[in-house]
Amino acid sequence: MQHLTIFMDIESSRSYIDELYSSDVTKVLEALITLKNSVIGSNRQKSSVIQQGIVPRLLQLMSEQNWDPNIRLEATITIGSLAKGTSENVNALVEQGAAVALVEILKEVPIGTKLAEASLCALRSIFLNPPAPISALPAEMRLLSRLTQITREGSPTARACVVRILSIWCGGPIEQEALCAAGACNAIAALLAPKGTTPPPIARALPALDLLAAMCFENANVSQVALNTRYGDKTIPELLTLLVSRDKPLPVAMGAARCITFIHRAGALPADDSRVVFGALPCLARLCTKDMPEDIRATAAETLAYLAEVDTSLQRLAAISNHLMSSLADIVNCPSAAAKQGAFKCFASLGANDEDIRKRIIETHGLMVHVVNGMNNPEPSVRLAAVRCLHSLSRSVQQLRTTFQDHSVWRPLMQLLSESPGTELLTVGSSTLCNLLLEFSPAKEPMLDQGAVEMLCNLTKRPEAALRLNGIWALMNMAFQAEQKVKQRILCCLGTEQMFRLLGDSDTRVIMKTLGLLRNLLSTRQHIDAIMNEFSSQVMQAVIVVLEGSYPAEVKEQALCILGNIGDGEKAKDFIMANEDVLRKLVDYLAHPESKLQEAALFVAGNLVWKGEAGCAARQARLAELGVLRALKLLRQRPDAAHLHDKVKTALAQFNELT
Amino acid sequence: MAAMGSGRGTMDSQNQVQSDNIDRLKLLYPNVNEDETPLPRSWSTKDKFSYIGLSQNNLRVHYKGHGKTHKDAASVRATHPIPAACGLYYFEVRIVSKGRDGYMGIGLSAHGVNMNRLPGWDKHSYGYHGDDGHSFCSSGTGQPYGPTFTTGDVIGCGVNLVDNTCFYTKNGHHLGIAFRGLPPNLYPTVGLQTPGEVVDANFGQQPFVFDIEDMLRELRARTRLAIDEFPLPDEQGQWQQVLHRMVSTYLVHHGYCSTAQAFSRATGEHIHEDITSIKNRQRISKLVMSGRIGEAIESTRRLYPGLLERDADLLFLLKCRQFVEMVNGTDSEMCGGGGGCLSHNGVATSVISHTSRAHSPVPPDTHHTHNGLHTNGVTDISEQKQNCDVDMTPEPVAPLNPCAAPTAPSTGAPNGAHDEGEGCRASVERMLAFGRELYAMSQKLSQDHYHKSMLEDAFSLLAYSNPWDSPLGWQLEPVRREAVCEALNSAILEFQGMQWVSPVEACVSHSRELLKRMARASLGACAFADLPDRATSNDRSGAPRSLVLRDPKSGGDAGSVAQVGHTDTFAVKAIHSYYWGRGSCVAQS
Repeated sequence: MQHLTIFMDIESSRSYIDELYSSDVTKVLEALITLKNSVIGSNRQKSSVIQQGIVPRLLQLMSEQNWDPNIRLEATITIGSLAKGTSENVNALVEQGAAVALVEILKEVPIGTKLAEASLCALRSIFLNPPAPISALPAEMRLLSRLTQITREGSPTARACVVRILSIWCGGPIEQEALCAAGACNAIAALLAPKGTTPPPIARALPALDLLAAMCFENANVSQVALNTRYGDKTIPELLTLLVSRDKPLPVAMGAARCITFIHRAGALPADDSRVVFGALPCLARLCTKDMPEDIRATAAETLAYLAEVDTSLQRLAAISNHLMSSLADIVNCPSAAAKQGAFKCFASLGANDEDIRKRIIETHGLMVHVVNGMNNPEPSVRLAAVRCLHSLSRSVQQLRTTFQDHSVWRPLMQLLSESPGTELLTVGSSTLCNLLLEFSPAKEPMLDQGAVEMLCNLTKRPEAALRLNGIWALMNMAFQAEQKVKQRILCCLGTEQMFRLLGDSDTRVIMKTLGLLRNLLSTRQHIDAIMNEFSSQVMQAVIVVLEGSYPAEVKEQALCILGNIGDGEKAKDFIMANEDVLRKLVDYLAHPESKLQEAALFVAGNLVWKGEAGCAARQARLAELGVLRALKLLRQRPDAAHLHDKVKTALAQFNELT
Repeated sequence: MAAMGSGRGTMDSQNQVQSDNIDRLKLLYPNVNEDETPLPRSWSTKDKFSYIGLSQNNLRVHYKGHGKTHKDAASVRATHPIPAACGLYYFEVRIVSKGRDGYMGIGLSAHGVNMNRLPGWDKHSYGYHGDDGHSFCSSGTGQPYGPTFTTGDVIGCGVNLVDNTCFYTKNGHHLGIAFRGLPPNLYPTVGLQTPGEVVDANFGQQPFVFDIEDMLRELRARTRLAIDEFPLPDEQGQWQQVLHRMVSTYLVHHGYCSTAQAFSRATGEHIHEDITSIKNRQRISKLVMSGRIGEAIESTRRLYPGLLERDADLLFLLKCRQFVEMVNGTDSEMCGGGGGCLSHNGVATSVISHTSRAHSPVPPDTHHTHNGLHTNGVTDISEQKQNCDVDMTPEPVAPLNPCAAPTAPSTGAPNGAHDEGEGCRASVERMLAFGRELYAMSQKLSQDHYHKSMLEDAFSLLAYSNPWDSPLGWQLEPVRREAVCEALNSAILEFQGMQWVSPVEACVSHSRELLKRMARASLGACAFADLPDRATSNDRSGAPRSLVLRDPKSGGDAGSVAQVGHTDTFAVKAIHSYYWGRGSCVAQS
């Protein structure tokens, strides 16, 4: 029976499909209508028609300006029907140029015709299937003006289609600016405005809100225009404020709150604006509550995360609004990935700056278990959001010492970072690792066993500055008060070559952290001697490179501090004393106009001349000979170095036999 | 009157502008009947612990005890419990000073809960405390709830009487639900515990920091949705038919004869009453509505012999009105009832007023003006003449009153050309005679307060040189005729063995009663079930409970179906409320 049907379909279809290619207008039209009726509502028929290669003929019929207008219309409607098929169907249509052909029609046919409406419907169906063929719609002013004109004057269907298409199309600054210049803000304001006391219908408001959000996202200029665009006596933010109220449909309130959020984050509305504080924020907090549908909660949590991401006052307000934290803790348990990641992101934002909020998140809502679970989630977006949350919470020293340790959060984190993660996850993850290594001594051992040092050293070789910084920063933290074998391992693994490369890094922060790593490595007397014994020439060379190079003062200060540390070693002192170049530089820096360099140089000199240690007399004599003593005396007389007088005096007091 | 409760949002915002002379609480809680359940408007001077001091119209609370231990805690309740008909109740407390330790509690408690405590510590007591931000739900140990609060903060407490929940706000930010399953009849309560603590309450007389309107709109929309989605048995869910019947019976009931016929033609809804019968009622109604009570009585006697004889109360009501209309100058004294047939000047004029009636709410010639405009658009002219569908034209009225000289149209200028002194004296005499007769009649009736006061009010008009401007001048307003008209119409219908009230009005008054029952049963949703235009039913006239519907323009029988749209929406709402109200009460019992 099944076979028979298919057989009959193909048989019956043949005849009218042949007619499509006829030169007789009547026959073509009849065939088109038959074809249209056969594909409506049947994905199987749609696929069959596409496979038979009829699409090019349809596009041809659609674009033929001199033919019967009914033929163009029916062909367009048929394409529109095909575009409602499976994702493969749509992709095939796009490959065969349907999107471009539809845009061409929109360029030439008058607004308000059935053909224009049919092509808009078809184009919307195509755009709704990701990836949308963005390039089919060029950012030409004439075309965009035409489209925004439809949003003002077209039929309700045409308007909804255009706005939906543009909201998908608008994905970057070029599209944003072009739409703004074409007057899209005015059109949006008109769509969002109430008619008398009746709010705009949901079908009209939703695409308009999505378009406005797409246009304002991270775009200060467009957001500013939106801020000042009026419809009647109300600006767009005022219209949005009407829509976030509690009696509006949830998706509308959500969309409006999202627009206010984007306008705020683009810098057009300050964080204390009432439309942010009493409009968007309470609306989003309300949409996160337990009574709301999961998809709304997910979007609301993610939007709220973005809203409060940087501003501490908004974070504090959100934290007390409508039991938000309980709501989020509940959303974390929702099954969908979108909900989980939204909640984690929102927790990350809330805890970004305020220690008190971090404490409440962890203690009241027992979040750590969920974060650890989240890092093991099969969905990459959830893992990333969980790490973001962990990163935010890891700013709390107290939590690092307690909860983080109780839950061995380093384990899943290390696991994630060793599984060739994406750049974003790697950046956030290594940032978190920096914080974990700061105070996390009990976990250092197992982390080392898992190859933390090797991983961090590899990070320092990444092309992304942020990753290099995090790598070297984490190494620096790891070396802080570490055992000698750890330090040794870091040095071996990083290699002196890589260290010199890092000292020449384009990012000053990387250089600073590299020198910081050296300082941490060269602390406590035994470690200094042991490391200098092995790496003296490389270390000295590194210091000289920095002192001689054109680096900012704070970098040179770090280098002098390293010298100071070396000067604290027992045998290591000799490496400095043996290097006349370095000693002469020391004299120069004692007389340097930069106060912090004077101080650092003084610290080096002080360590070298310290009496009571083996060979101190010889060092004092050598330093006096090179002019250190004179430099110190001069320094004592300088009025601008008054704050250093005590230290200078102590240093001078060491030279007892020479003064 | 045509607003019908739609677009409440704009109404509210308009009202806010003129809030200086308007009671804001009435606007916030329109469905609360304050005669039955007064709103809390201040702290009680009696229902408080001795350590509490009140000032500033009993809105400011300060602590005046020792404040050493929790045994020195002191609370005060508001004057009245929160009426359920508020739907959503809200008040705010500004912390003027946190005093020594800021041990302040804001919340709710039932009548009789110990006042030597902070709200929340005892059974039927609920509070949010400033020192730790905890919520106390009838327990000495609090739950972590919100932030702490201190000097300068404004704390709001909201009670949702639909869900029986309570939430708080801090400086306009919703902190989330604090308590669920609240009992009814709770009082706003604050408690203080250490010296120097001072708080100010705002029970709604001032604008709130928090946007309570937003939540009110939400609950209203929710209630509307609940009504719309209330499931009905199939046979009751046939709206179109039910509505048509409602509209048709309404039109017939009130004698909008031509409109009813037009509606019947458009919808096929059958009219059960004889057309002539409807027109007779219509004619009488129009006489009453134009103030010509004497003629109305006469027509009634002629068409429905025995009715007025049987219903003395009704006759008394009519006569009282006739007296008022005599003062008004709209009723021409004529040979009716027991009075002798006097020759009269025929000019309908006030017998008392010597001054211009500039303050009269409706000029007496209004109906004449309308007469020209609202001719019956559907019936043809001959029929119109024959059936005297159009009131106030001399020709059709005259045959009803054969012994009277043709009446000239009233001019609206009371000081006509006739001899003032002579005419006036004669009129006053006639009126006094009529009054004596009326008094005698009242003596025969059962002496109830209603009759007595009606008569007294009517007689009192004579005491004023300008009755229209007097404190009792409201009786002279044409709108007062409606109640009389409705009573007479109902009586005629009942006399003929038909329903004395139209289904749509029965439906509305039934719904209104149900809403009252819901309020008494503490079902807060009654606050948000919109019934049309309360003003028409609870005004000073003591009108019957049924609702008088008037055409927005003329009150006439326009005879066009276009008019029905207005009634239609009204009926839909009424029926919805009716069924929904019934459903709720069933669930309750």
